[in-house]
Amino acid sequence: MAFEFDTEGVKKTFTFLNRKAPYGTIYALEVLETVLITAAFEQHANIVFIDDGVYQIKKGQDTKAVNMKNFLPTYGIIEMEKDDADEDEDIDMVWRIIVEKESMEARGLTEDDFKVGVEVLSSAELAEVLDQSDVVIGG
Amino acid sequence: MKFALLVNEGPFTHQASDSAYLFAKAAIEKGHEVPRVFFYYDGVNNANKLSEPQADDRNLVKLWGALAKDHEVDLVVCVAAGMRRGIKDDILAEGFRISGLGQLIEAGLGTDRLVMFGD
Repeated sequence: MAFEFDTEGVKKTFTFLNRKAPYGTIYALEVLETVLITAAFEQHANIVFIDDGVYQIKKGQDTKAVNMKNFLPTYGIIEMEKDDADEDEDIDMVWRIIVEKESMEARGLTEDDFKVGVEVLSSAELAEVLDQSDVVIGG
Repeated sequence: MKFALLVNEGPFTHQASDSAYLFAKAAIEKGHEVPRVFFYYDGVNNANKLSEPQADDRNLVKLWGALAKDHEVDLVVCVAAGMRRGIKDDILAEGFRISGLGQLIEAGLGTDRLVMFGD
């Protein structure tokens, strides 16, 4: 049974809440895979890094010692999708890469520590972003 | 209201699958629709027909299957998450099907609410 949804012309804002450290559990990697699929549907997306999730995009990670694939470069693809959408008028898609200020500061990080360009928003500002989202997917 | 559910945890180490099942059942009983449940992360283990819980335990794999049959709920297992965990067509329980993550995004677009169960 393949259920058919009528999604013709539907445009929504998806927010992905990355809350966990990149390694130790699989959450970060599998959210990342979902974000990439969203691009194929030309939907608006906020990719948010909060709590230990801010470590996901920290520059200079070396995962050899924990025997895990380093998926840091994949976040570069998200940034590329965002830049493409920003530059190409024919793509009706707004993507934002957001880091929560409080989480970043509590971990002694600054904007320069990240592999991709980010918007730093306060917890209150982030609450507004969530309020304006249609679908929130956490991980 | 139309609900899509996202189940992110396995049925034995976490309550998320039970909560999702009970939510789906309650929503349908109240007259809402649950056209699709998407199984991701360890949630794909909900679709393993080789799973044999003890006789006095609930059997979520079968409960999902019955829900799908009685109420036409589309139970979709993520192909990539499933392959990592050995959930393939030959051990797929009745009522489930394997497909891509696009089915999750589509469910988010085509329903009023996407409700996530998991950590």
